[in-house]
Amino acid sequence: MTPATDATAQAEGSFSGGFSWAMARDLRLAWRHPDEAVLTVAFFALVASLFPLGIGAEPQLLARIGPGVIWVGALLAAFLALPGLFAADYADGSLEQMTLSPHPALGWAAGKIAAHWIVSGLPLTLLSPLIGLQYGLAPDTLLVQALSLAIGTPVLSLLGGACAALALGARGGGMLLALLALPLFVPVLIFGAGAAEAQATGLSAAPHLSLLGAALIAALVGLPMAVGTAVRIAVD
Amino acid sequence: MNWFYFSSPSTFYGLAGRLAPWFFILAAVLAAFGLYLGLGVAPTDAQQGAVYRVIFIHVPTAWMSMFLYFIMACYCGLTLVFNTRLSAMMARAIAPTGALFTFVALWTGAFWGRPTWGTYWVWDARLTSELVLLFLYFGYMALANAFEDPRRGDRAAALLALIGVVNLPIIYFSVQWWNTLHQGSSVSFKGTSMHVTMLTGMLVMSFAAWMYAIGATLMRVRSVILERERRAQWARNVEAA
Amino acid sequence: MNLYWSSWADFWAMGGHAYFVWMSYGALVVAIVVEILLLRVRRKRALAAIEEERDLEAEN
Repeated sequence: MTPATDATAQAEGSFSGGFSWAMARDLRLAWRHPDEAVLTVAFFALVASLFPLGIGAEPQLLARIGPGVIWVGALLAAFLALPGLFAADYADGSLEQMTLSPHPALGWAAGKIAAHWIVSGLPLTLLSPLIGLQYGLAPDTLLVQALSLAIGTPVLSLLGGACAALALGARGGGMLLALLALPLFVPVLIFGAGAAEAQATGLSAAPHLSLLGAALIAALVGLPMAVGTAVRIAVD
Repeated sequence: MNWFYFSSPSTFYGLAGRLAPWFFILAAVLAAFGLYLGLGVAPTDAQQGAVYRVIFIHVPTAWMSMFLYFIMACYCGLTLVFNTRLSAMMARAIAPTGALFTFVALWTGAFWGRPTWGTYWVWDARLTSELVLLFLYFGYMALANAFEDPRRGDRAAALLALIGVVNLPIIYFSVQWWNTLHQGSSVSFKGTSMHVTMLTGMLVMSFAAWMYAIGATLMRVRSVILERERRAQWARNVEAA
Repeated sequence: MNLYWSSWADFWAMGGHAYFVWMSYGALVVAIVVEILLLRVRRKRALAAIEEERDLEAEN
């Protein structure tokens, strides 16, 4: 009995096969062209700088608005990174190729989003304590802020990814994507910023973080399939 | 009886045309009775004063805003699963009416809130999630119309609507989950603390809103069908009544 | 069932809350009127498009 060849194994396709393939591919592409990741983080830092400049840099005020502003900045940066998730692959036909692969859509869709989060949401999360220091937030608030972003940004990537896939090739471009994605982002923002604010005012952040966690689990369970379906709808 | 007879746009067109007027008439009669009860008969609330009477529009429109989204999402589910044209057309027909009800709910809530809470708007859980619902309706309509191919718009918007369904339990349970300014529910299956004429008026107006929504949707779906099927032979023979 | 109000003046005044009550009920009336107008316009446009299709077919 000859061992199964690579071709046979690949012809079957699997969730993990598709996932790891897509994630590795997108990470490799991002490594070669880091502009997107750098721009996302730079945008976050810039937006966070605008508020003290616009509202006034009084320490108490900044500490009060810090958690919310940081979350909004991260959310906007994550939003702006969304078109890059599918646009290039859609334009050159790779996306269509992916839908034809033996791997289930669930797998490679989840893989692309995971890579996207690593390149957008994760850097934002890691940078947030620095921005938080600019706002004079206490260490425990910084930690909760980072934690809320760590849990929340994947949800944003999943929700945003679904919207980006749905809006592929649509008229209206970025504005349409904003109309679709931002309302869905609202609950995540409320709980995410709420967690950091709760910690800052001495209350427990646990309820907010738990709800965020529940949202993440629900998103992980339901949205990759939605993204795969949305891509199918886009390329069919 | 062949239930699938009316699942074709051409046959449903006629049925919708025959049914719509009845729903409007029913809505008008119910609304007349409901307004009579609500504006005329029901006593004034001891704490809030006469402004509480906004409840006879606010609650029905708020309930319908959520219910219509749910029904729209069901039609969207049918569209994705069975790939039927008419279910997508029905979803598209519901959306504008749903959006209008949501807007009226928010508007009447604001005018009720000003004298009672002291403000037109607060960013509490229920109001915020109802506002999000309005944007979900807009997003659905925008996405559905954003493509050259209407079938692509049908399916993309259908999936979007299904993702947005998660907002409905948030609206509904928000007053239980959070300490919000918006009052909790006074009506449940176990009973109510409301005065009987107030309750009756509210329920009658809710029914009126429902009948109106069905009538408006049926009328709109006729236009949607004509737009989509305009190249079909049966559509050519439609008389401009 | 007895009417709550003793006079039309009282009814319109709505116990001092006239502005809020009638802005709300007025919004509902406006919404319904707008919706029905929009429905008619949409239907007219759809029928016009069909007329156009009919004319195009007649030409060919």
